[in-house]
Amino acid sequence: MKALFLSLIMALLWAGAPIKEGYEVGDTAADFKLKNVDGKMVSLGDYKNAKGFIVIFDCNTCPYSKAYNERIIALNKKYASVGYPVVAINSNDPSKSSGDSFEEMVRVAKEKGYEFPYLVDESQTVAKSFGATNTPHVFVLTKDLKVAYIGAIDDSARKAEAVTKKYVETAVDELLAGKKVSTSKTKAIGCGIKWKSV
Amino acid sequence: MKRYLILIFWSISFPVFSQEIESIKLADFQKILQSPNEKVLVINFWATWCAPCIKELPLLEKLHRENPNAQVLLVSMDYDLDPDIEKVVRFQNRKKLQAKILFLTENDPNAWIDKIDKRWSGALPTTLVINTKTKKRELVQGELAEGQLEELIKKINN
Repeated sequence: MKALFLSLIMALLWAGAPIKEGYEVGDTAADFKLKNVDGKMVSLGDYKNAKGFIVIFDCNTCPYSKAYNERIIALNKKYASVGYPVVAINSNDPSKSSGDSFEEMVRVAKEKGYEFPYLVDESQTVAKSFGATNTPHVFVLTKDLKVAYIGAIDDSARKAEAVTKKYVETAVDELLAGKKVSTSKTKAIGCGIKWKSV
Repeated sequence: MKRYLILIFWSISFPVFSQEIESIKLADFQKILQSPNEKVLVINFWATWCAPCIKELPLLEKLHRENPNAQVLLVSMDYDLDPDIEKVVRFQNRKKLQAKILFLTENDPNAWIDKIDKRWSGALPTTLVINTKTKKRELVQGELAEGQLEELIKKINN
């Protein structure tokens, strides 16, 4: 009886606790399995030799995604070979944003010559579990999927030449050097992820 | 003829209904958020490139026209991608926007997003409703629903 009472209290407490959505720096991310633009399913666990990941919630249509497109391609060029590949995920609801359909993802990836996966998060569960809000929104993870950095790519969306703080590059460089990430969280103006209507 | 002239004169002296767009720095914008105001502040962060922002603008315009107890401020975040205010002016004229528009001219959003509201991710659109007397605040991230602004105002005045 006492045990029943106690578990009832526990259940009540649990139900009353605010539901925390999204990761903070230091949390361990859950792996996922999403469809890539080539039709194959991709998980982080597939990368046996990776030292970590640059996971980027991105899309085709957002002007910020467009402004950062070349910089994302450059990040993968610079870091995939040293063990930190880019993994891009599009979570936008195509019924809200037709330019973000799977077919359009395939087209953009081909046109831009993406050498990294561009995955569709159709159910939006990955964006929700990560707590992604913007595009592009970066999560740098270590090999054991510990979240080391959350935020923007750098401090100047408008012009790559005007950048003074390369947040993601600095974080990955520090991780590669076995150091602690000095700036582990940043914010940026950007497009909100286009969530499905409830 | 005279009436016609008056009409022409009137249309020249009031070429648009819109209020002039004001460039603003963060410090001055923060003062607006903190100064006591008889009206409830309804601050909408938007940009001319943002489709869901444009979709919800009529709700804010309607509030501006119909609720004398609310002060609507449309804060353009366009500067971050394009520092030219003219794009926003053209947009205002095209859409005949009547609510007050501010053009926030600050670089490096990471340095100031938290100063506006810690809960804000930086994504657009976002709307902040403030009762400056009680300091109560409501933040809505994402597109507003019809009637939502009125509910927020009611909530914040209770």
